[in-house]
This record gives sequence, structure tokens and C-alpha cells, in this order.
Amino acid sequence: MSNLEELYKEIILDHYRTPRNRGELPPPASKTEGFNPLCGDELTVYLDVKDGVVADIKITGHGCSISQASSSLMSVAIKGKTLEEVREVLSKFKNMMTLEGDVVDLNDPANRDVLRSLGELAALQGVAKFPVRIKCATLAWNTLSQGLEEN
Amino acid sequence: MSYFNAVRVRADVPALTRVINGHPITYLDSGASSLPPRTVIEAMDEYYRLRHANVHRGVYQTANEATDAYEGARSAVAGFLNAPGGGEGVVFTKNCTEAFNLLAKSWGAANLKDGDAVLLTEMEHHANIVPWFQLREHINIDVRFIPVNDDFELDLTNFDELMKGVKLLSLTAMSNVLGTINPIKELAARAHQHGALVAVDAAQSVGHLPTDLQDLDVDFMLFSGHKMLGPTGIGVFWTRPEILNGMPPFLGGGGMIADVRTDGYTPATGFTRFEAGTPMIAEAVGLHAAVRYLEGLGMANVHQHDRELTIDAISRINHQFNGRVKIIGPTAHANRGGVISIDIDGVHPHDIAQVLDESGVCVRPGHHCAKPLMKRFGLAATARASFGPYSLVEDTDALLEGLQRAITFFG
Repeated sequence: MSNLEELYKEIILDHYRTPRNRGELPPPASKTEGFNPLCGDELTVYLDVKDGVVADIKITGHGCSISQASSSLMSVAIKGKTLEEVREVLSKFKNMMTLEGDVVDLNDPANRDVLRSLGELAALQGVAKFPVRIKCATLAWNTLSQGLEEN
Repeated sequence: MSYFNAVRVRADVPALTRVINGHPITYLDSGASSLPPRTVIEAMDEYYRLRHANVHRGVYQTANEATDAYEGARSAVAGFLNAPGGGEGVVFTKNCTEAFNLLAKSWGAANLKDGDAVLLTEMEHHANIVPWFQLREHINIDVRFIPVNDDFELDLTNFDELMKGVKLLSLTAMSNVLGTINPIKELAARAHQHGALVAVDAAQSVGHLPTDLQDLDVDFMLFSGHKMLGPTGIGVFWTRPEILNGMPPFLGGGGMIADVRTDGYTPATGFTRFEAGTPMIAEAVGLHAAVRYLEGLGMANVHQHDRELTIDAISRINHQFNGRVKIIGPTAHANRGGVISIDIDGVHPHDIAQVLDESGVCVRPGHHCAKPLMKRFGLAATARASFGPYSLVEDTDALLEGLQRAITFFG
């Protein structure tokens, strides 16, 4: 697989072309804006949290395929999850993005379990090989993290 | 007698021998920073190996040589610009941005008062916007913008109206996003009729177009060295010596004083007042070599070379992609510079640049530090290809192949 194909996996292109959970939520859903000042990407995350569960999430904004796909994949991964589960996914995802060097070593059982638990999100692991693109992948997650704090 | 042969220029630039991802480098980012020829690198190397000493006040031979080299660079820059008053009006700064901060925070703070206006344009780089907003936090100045029309040129319809109360017109000679070349000489004359001074951001133009300060008749010119084949770490602030002598000091410290006592200090006069601390000596030596190199090529030739590449690239982009790849800038035949911003519907500039990198093609995605201009055209970012005197049609070939790949990839 070429570097590019590793970065732009089919699942990423699919979420970029057909983003899930696009749109806005009316109040009382929370609204959090995220910016990537270096490249101009902008994202708004709407969170509807009821009884400790993410009842609904919607996202608007614009950006590159990585930032858009990452936000779409994130919305699918956390919708319907408890806040505790969301925080766990968030921490696993950020961990995947900060793993240094090569793609995650799948022979390491610990990594295998983490990746399996991330499901489709694991498609974004190739991004870690492109340091300047990591901030594209993490924009939605940082915005979510900020939104959770405010909730 | 000047000569120009881009293939020979290319052979003079060591960085163009790089191989990236298995492909010879295609460097199309000269608008962000140009690649220095060997003579620039060697001049700085020779300076550090044999002649390095601190400038001014030294008595020994190498200190004198370093001073001569530093001051020689000042004279060379003045000659390159055909500056009235020679080197006396040339202040070396860290970069073009610092030069703009010097303009706003020294000249602006001393000469603008509440209610005065500064007129900029919608196509300015943030370096010519933010320092004015910062000054506005201290003096109640009005910061206005000349709009940009749908042809990517300045809309001068209401120019005389906009000039009311304006003390300074500060604008770019050439847009770093659009490639638009502004009519500086004409606007300077009109602004002077309104009693305003004129500052020119020459960051994009000085290494690509002939510059004649006596002919342009502007009052300030600001640019950086690394966009004109020189090193990073040096920029130029030029103004008429009589204006410079009326400006208060900017940075304080050694070198910029006439006297220091326990009860205060007296600043030096002239450019010395604005060069606090040990200056960028090696960078000045490198800039001097870059000036010599460009003079050898002939700036009219450099501009002509940019034009030929730009006309060829734009017409091929329009022909090959049939409108799918939009050029955010004037048409090929306008008097424009070699900066080509592109927008592809459905393919983000970051992704374009990523796919191009796979084949060693260097372009810049982003807002290019011109967010008001991006907003004007409803864009978050563009992918920008920009030429240098070492660029060849083969670079455009690689760009077009890469764009085709990006479109195929993202559909």
C-alpha cells in the first residue's frame, strides 16, 4: 500500500464524501467551535447530552478530507454512548494519534485490542505517519473535548 | 549586459538537486520562500569562515572587513532599488513583518493622532494589517480597506472618497495569493495629492519585478530577503532619509544610541537609530550576494520569465481541467506575477498539497496569511503554486500531473 493509500483509506474517503451527522442542533444542545488557525479549518460540534448519554451529535464546518472524515467517524463512534465511554474513546484516539513513528504495531496485543476497540476509527491510524496532518485529524476531537468540559 | 537562462539558474541552486519520494523536487513555493543560489550560500559561508567579527567600533582588520561587508550590503540594496538618498534610508530588520511593525509602531505612533485614517487593501498580508490594529489599541485611528473586485484587482471606484482623512496608504505591490500587480506609481501620485504618504509591501515584487524607487515615488518600501533568493533572518525597511530622521526609536539597546547616561539616553540618528544590538551581518552578506545575482539576471528578464511560465500554466490548467480547477486570480494575460492560487471543487487544498507531495511537488495550501481576502472570495484556503527564476515548464508538467491525480483520487 502506498503512503497515500495508507493515509486516505477508502473508509476515510467515504466519510469525507458522505459525512454522517452533518447539521445543527437547537438549544439546549451545546455548541462548541474549533479552529485550526494554520490551515483555516473550522468546525462546530453540537452535543445533546441527556442523563449522561450523548443522545445526539451534529457537526458543521469545512476542512480537508482528514478533518471532515475524522469528525464524521467521531460522531458515529460516540452517538448513544455514555460520557464515560466517550471519554475513553477520546483518550484512545488521542493516544493513537500520538504514537510515534510507524503505523501501530499490530503484533503487539495491547495495540491490537486498542485498535479493535476503536472500530472504524482505526482507519485514521495512517495519519500519525504524516505529522502535519495530525492536527487535521484531532480538530474534531479537541472540539468535542472542549464541549464535554463545558457540558 | 544581463543574461537569463532558467536552466543555468537551476544549476546554481543546490536545493533543486533534492529527490523527494523518488522524484526530483518540483519547487513551486517561491512565494513563501525562494531557494538561494550557491553564490548566496558561499558568501555567507566565506564570511563566517574568514571575516566574522562584530561590526562598527572595531579597530582591528577583520572587524573593519565585517563592517565594510555589512555596510556594503546596505549600499547594494539601495542601488538595487534606485533609492533616493542611497543607503541612508535603508534599515535592516529581521523580516518584512518586523519592518511593518517598525512602520506602525515608530512612524505611525509618532505621526498619527485620534481620527486619522490608514488605508490598506483587502488583498494585504496579515503583516500589513495586524500592526495597524495593534496601533489602534493606543491611538484611535480608522483602518480602512480598498475593496477587491471580481477581476481580482483593486476596486478604485471610491478611491478619492476613501482617501479622506488618510495619512498613509499602505498596500502590496503584488498579492501573495492572487498574483495581482497593483498600479503603485499611479496610486502613489493620487495619494500624494491627498497629502498622504505611501508605504509599499514589496515582499512578493522585489525579487520578481524591476523596482525603481525614484520612479515609483513612494515613501516607504518593506520586504524580506528570503523571497528574493537571499537568506532568512533579514528584511528591509526603506524610507526617505528625511522621514527616517523624524521617526522615534523602535527597539532600544546597544548600537542605536548617541549617548547613555544615568539619567537617560540620546538616540543615534539615521538608520543606526533603528538597528539595536548586533545586527544580522552574515544575512546582510547573503542578501548582498542575492542582489548581485538578481542584477546579473536582470529584473526585467526575471519578470518576463515569470510571465511566460504563468501564461503557459494558466492556459494549460484551463484547457486540461475544463473549469474544474479554478484560478483565484487575474487571467493569464493580465499584468500579473507568477503566483497561481487554485481551488478545486470537492478537493480541499490540504489534500491537493498532500497528493502533490507524493511526487515531490511543493505547493502551499492555506489562507496565505490573507484571511480578509479569503473571506472576500468565500474561501477558507487555496493551494498556491508560485514560480522563481529557476522554475521551468517541466515544473508545470509535474504540477498538472499531480492535480490530475488529486482529482482522480478524490473524485
